[in-house]
Amino acid sequence: MAEITFREALRHAMAEEIERDENVVLLGEEVAEYDGAYKVTEGLWKRFGDKRVVDTPISEAAFIGMGVGASMLGLRPVMELMFWSFSSVAWDQIVNNAGFVRYMSGGLINCPIVIRGPANGGTNVGATHSHTPENWLANVPGIKVVCPATPYDAKGLLKAAIRDNDPVMFMENTLLYGEKGEVPEEEYVIPLGVADLKKEGTDVSIIAHGRAVLTALKAAELLQAEHDINAEVLDLRSIRPLDEEAILRTVRKTHRVVLVEENKPFCGVDAQIASIIQEKCFDDLDAPVLRLSAIDAPAIYSPELERRQLPRPTDIVEKVLSICR
Amino acid sequence: METLKNRDYSSAPINAALKPADKIRLLKEMLRIRRFEQAALRAYQGGKMGGFLHLYIGQESVAVGTCSLMGANDHVITAYRDHGHALAVGMNMNECMAELFGKATGCSKGKGGSMHFFAPDKNYWGGHGIVGGQTPLGLGLAYGLKYKGLTGAAMCFMGDGAVNQGCFYESMNMASLWNLPVIYIIENNGYSMGTSLARSSAFKNCLAERAEGFGIEWDTLNGEDIYEVRAKVQVAVDRAHKQSRPTVLEIATYRYYGHSVADAKHKVYRTEDEIERYKAEHDPINLWKARLLAERVLNEEQYEAMDDAAKQEASDSITFAEESPIPSVESITEDVYFEVDRQTAAGRTGRHFFND
Repeated sequence: MAEITFREALRHAMAEEIERDENVVLLGEEVAEYDGAYKVTEGLWKRFGDKRVVDTPISEAAFIGMGVGASMLGLRPVMELMFWSFSSVAWDQIVNNAGFVRYMSGGLINCPIVIRGPANGGTNVGATHSHTPENWLANVPGIKVVCPATPYDAKGLLKAAIRDNDPVMFMENTLLYGEKGEVPEEEYVIPLGVADLKKEGTDVSIIAHGRAVLTALKAAELLQAEHDINAEVLDLRSIRPLDEEAILRTVRKTHRVVLVEENKPFCGVDAQIASIIQEKCFDDLDAPVLRLSAIDAPAIYSPELERRQLPRPTDIVEKVLSICR
Repeated sequence: METLKNRDYSSAPINAALKPADKIRLLKEMLRIRRFEQAALRAYQGGKMGGFLHLYIGQESVAVGTCSLMGANDHVITAYRDHGHALAVGMNMNECMAELFGKATGCSKGKGGSMHFFAPDKNYWGGHGIVGGQTPLGLGLAYGLKYKGLTGAAMCFMGDGAVNQGCFYESMNMASLWNLPVIYIIENNGYSMGTSLARSSAFKNCLAERAEGFGIEWDTLNGEDIYEVRAKVQVAVDRAHKQSRPTVLEIATYRYYGHSVADAKHKVYRTEDEIERYKAEHDPINLWKARLLAERVLNEEQYEAMDDAAKQEASDSITFAEESPIPSVESITEDVYFEVDRQTAAGRTGRHFFND
């Protein structure tokens, strides 16, 4: 199997869907002639032309809303936000229009739109450019939220998102764009709402999404090598729909769980996961459900400190040791 | 706009082509909207519905005049004062009244209410509650038409209050930049809720001329004259169809009631005299009726019969709404996700709802 980068995996997914469905159109700032601010769409404009790959002005509210309106007529717009942080100026269009038009029309209208782009801290761009809004958006019934961690997942999940008939918020991570992984040549699609056991283990479950999955895998290596603890790592992949069965399965297997995310702790995704676990697996637990999130402050600029603000492998190890000793 | 007042648009080609029956139908549609809303107002005051009720009474000629121009690929979207447009595109009173009553037979199954009427089968895309929030959606309808290679127009209605929302400017920019067939129709009734135009908007001569900076054609219209509405909107429709260019139109109109029925101060921020003057001198139904009487295509008996029929239809819609069932509790979580409703493969993986 060929090894390709996360960004190439995303690009291949979009190219294949453009070829498969004439209604798929990519829109966003710098996605066409500039080849993408993060080169995710590199080469697509040259290959598919002006109709299918479209540069927009810096007008997130209008171009996201425009995509919503076009999707109501049957187009399948894949909208790039240069940063998910910029979604705040398009919030009304995303939540009220993409999220609710199906509901408020009693099911008469649907909105098959994908909004994608990076949603991460860790790149020293300050608080305004480092939002991780997966929990904000997963709070909205009508919206789906996906946070892939590997090239293989990124490609399969993006193809599923584009084919989905509901609005899907697809959150990537600039720190993952260059990460390589095996991706098969043949076509595949990964359904939303199916978690992936990234590493099997017996002693503790580490549940994560997005880049925190890679951090968890590094922590699992340390735990095995230095502490003889065999950790299981579950990658949620999609936040809503959520693979609750996979969560319960791993907790029932290991009886100990650490939830890791790069999001802020208050009302984070893992608050919901913790609630589900205590309600449905209370008797299976041998220790309290622990959470590890970003340090609860706006994303700090200082490069050294921002590395400290986000969960590191050693932070996860420390959490695990506190319930495995 | 005063200067245009005495011009006669009856001979504009789009109006010269009207047969007597067409002219009478325009009157009938305006009467239906008014009688529907008067019945809705009584029901609201009787505690039959919740939320807001933004009445369109006084502005009927705008929706009826513009929607009478719609062809197969012309689309309409509007804000929360949406009953008039809904009836004008052909939605029936029963589904609309039942929606106001929050009943299962409502056009949105009781999930949208007064501000959220939709009929995509009639090219009617709502019904939107956030001021100006529909302006990018209208742009998207135009984008979709152009993408699909269809000759059509997206008529996006908005109030004079919406012109100060940022996404409207972003939308005008993209409409002009990309040659999209969208028509922004500002229904200027003089008040953004309780704040008069003079206290809310900076302008030189009118609101529509803001389009000038984007290189977009614009015009102002006297909304009380349905001939003028049709004549000038048709120019914009032709521009959309033939040149794929946007237009911004500002239509002077007036609402008799408050911003919503809950707007208790609407006789404080404007005078009783002002309201009465509009009713007496500028009522679009009276003016059109007088015009048709003068043209001898209508007589008083016909008018009375038509009005009685509209009242009866409205009254019947109240009965229909009252007798309709309340939606089931289970339906609260229906129509949230397409894939779940249809129980597709994508709707069966993972958990979508989080109550139990």
